[in-house]
Amino acid sequence: MSKTTIENDYTPITPDPRYILQVNALKKYFPIKGGIVSKTVGYVKAVDGVTFNLERGTTMGLVGESGCGKTTTGRTILRLYGDKTGGQVLFEGKEVYDLTPREMHDMRTKMQIIFQDPFSSLSPRMPVGEIIGEAVREHKIVPKEKYNDYIDQVMDNCGLQPYHKDRYPHEFSGGQRQRICIARALALNPDFIVCDEPVSALDVSIQAQIINLLRDLQEKYKLTYLFISHDLSVVEHISDTVGVMYLGNLVEYGKKEDIFRNPLHPYTKALFSAIPVPDPTVKMNRIVLEGSIPSPANPPAGCKFHTRCAQCKEICKQKVPEQREIEPGHYVVCHLYD
Amino acid sequence: MRKYIIKRLLISVVILFFVAFIIYALMRCLPTSYIENVARQRSMQPNSKSYEEWMQQLTAAYNMDKGIILGFFGWLGNMLRGNFGDSWRWTVPVIEKFNDTVWLSFVMGAISFFFELIIAIPLGIIAATKQYRWPDYVISVIALAGISLPTFFFASLLKLVFSVKLGWFDLYGLVGRSYDQLSSVGQFFDKAHHLFLPIVTLVVVSMGSLMRYTRTNMLEVLNADYIRTARAKGLSERKVIYHHAFRNTLIPIVTIVGGSLPGLFAGALITETLFSIPGIGFTSYQSMVSGDIPFSMFYLVFSAVLTLLGNLLSDILYGVVDPRVRVS
Repeated sequence: MSKTTIENDYTPITPDPRYILQVNALKKYFPIKGGIVSKTVGYVKAVDGVTFNLERGTTMGLVGESGCGKTTTGRTILRLYGDKTGGQVLFEGKEVYDLTPREMHDMRTKMQIIFQDPFSSLSPRMPVGEIIGEAVREHKIVPKEKYNDYIDQVMDNCGLQPYHKDRYPHEFSGGQRQRICIARALALNPDFIVCDEPVSALDVSIQAQIINLLRDLQEKYKLTYLFISHDLSVVEHISDTVGVMYLGNLVEYGKKEDIFRNPLHPYTKALFSAIPVPDPTVKMNRIVLEGSIPSPANPPAGCKFHTRCAQCKEICKQKVPEQREIEPGHYVVCHLYD
Repeated sequence: MRKYIIKRLLISVVILFFVAFIIYALMRCLPTSYIENVARQRSMQPNSKSYEEWMQQLTAAYNMDKGIILGFFGWLGNMLRGNFGDSWRWTVPVIEKFNDTVWLSFVMGAISFFFELIIAIPLGIIAATKQYRWPDYVISVIALAGISLPTFFFASLLKLVFSVKLGWFDLYGLVGRSYDQLSSVGQFFDKAHHLFLPIVTLVVVSMGSLMRYTRTNMLEVLNADYIRTARAKGLSERKVIYHHAFRNTLIPIVTIVGGSLPGLFAGALITETLFSIPGIGFTSYQSMVSGDIPFSMFYLVFSAVLTLLGNLLSDILYGVVDPRVRVS
């Protein structure tokens, strides 16, 4: 197979009203351009077949190393890149990538995102009230006469004062700026929010505030979160279900209790053994992974994890494992459970 | 801010002093001597004094019998008293000649500056939004051609095509042969007709760099996280580009454009000379070639003042347009 062809066969799924979001075999490749005529010479397989379902009002934690495709997954679901490479994204039963620009425009209010870096994701030329309110006017969320009160109320919900409206983002601290980002997303009255590492740029005391704010808002507005993070303690705190990603694949996925109590995939086990325990007398039993993460432009054949797996078998090097349900709602992609 | 401006102005005065001195020294060292030329001409006339006698008399008359340093301070003293002297070549006060010529240059500069802005900035935005697709390549080639073409070459090319071959425009001059017979409206159009090619030259040669500058800054902004935020808000692409991205691109553009405003008074020496447009640039060129020290000194020091003013203006503007700088 040539490096520039894309394999794209998957079994289509049908909409299921139990879930707000259904992701099936989602792929997002970024072309690598080379040569003087900028020909595509290969692909970075950032997301390479991710499948999961998300119930309304729950939080799914998405964890994994840097560069494993967590952020790309979140952004691809929201159609923030031009196009996906393959698979399906059904939001409330509708394929997101089949929507017309008009429908997409309306859909934007339903699904929102909070970015990782609250410093660069706010336009420096806009006062905060405008950052939060611009899209409210664009999508006509509230009638004109209620606009000011509505913005005040959204800001109040996120712990911001009304007089903050006329200030510029650089006049705020990191925690306040993240509150602005949350208020901005929340002002559109969304059902689903992708939280792309919303606390990793903040210091620990502020992290707790923001996490608790997100939880309070979830209860109040019945929000659904896709919570992307590399911080397992945070994910354990906020999630209902957890997905573990490695090199563009979801290797394990299930209820938080199941995953933390009984991790199945060797990668999950290694990852969880690295959670720091705040007790110096406990002896850590770490599983140290050998080698570094392979390049997503040229991933290993078979199971992508086999190069670093302690329990690697012959079949792992040849055949790509399939997703299996080990206990109800607990899925793993590994040949050890064939 | 006020303290900052005062400090900058004081530094500018020091810089100006040295710039003026260097220019004066260079002018005095030029091989073309106005006095020698005049002395030679007069000594050739019948029944005239000898060349040496004329030299002695003229050198004293034009105050050139002192050394460079003394001469410079003499010039500086007069200048500070507001006396720029009389132009040797034009035999009128320097200020008068300056007043006669600078406005034509300013009008020409302002028109070409206007066209430069309305062409270069939109093209730069288009190039950035269509990065690595054909509009970007076409625009970049045009921009680079404009940057690379020397003014004299491009102007000559225009003259060859439009004046010599097609005969649409006169080769040079500000007014045509029948200017005096025309009505005032006709005179206006006659001038406009003659200014067309010089302005095209100025626009093409200068817009390339502004276009590249806009493209670079726009690209930087388009890749910023807050543009992704704007897209996630569900704003239309038009709004994302013109409301969010362009607003932030304006910061560096306003800075550089504001800084070049004083330059409008400096004239376009090469273009004016090539088309024999009697603006400040062409006049200064003629003065320098004939060794007219008072006028050249005035023009060169004036240019230095404009440059310093431009830099100061762009620094001040930066603080005005960028809310992040305003506080500190």
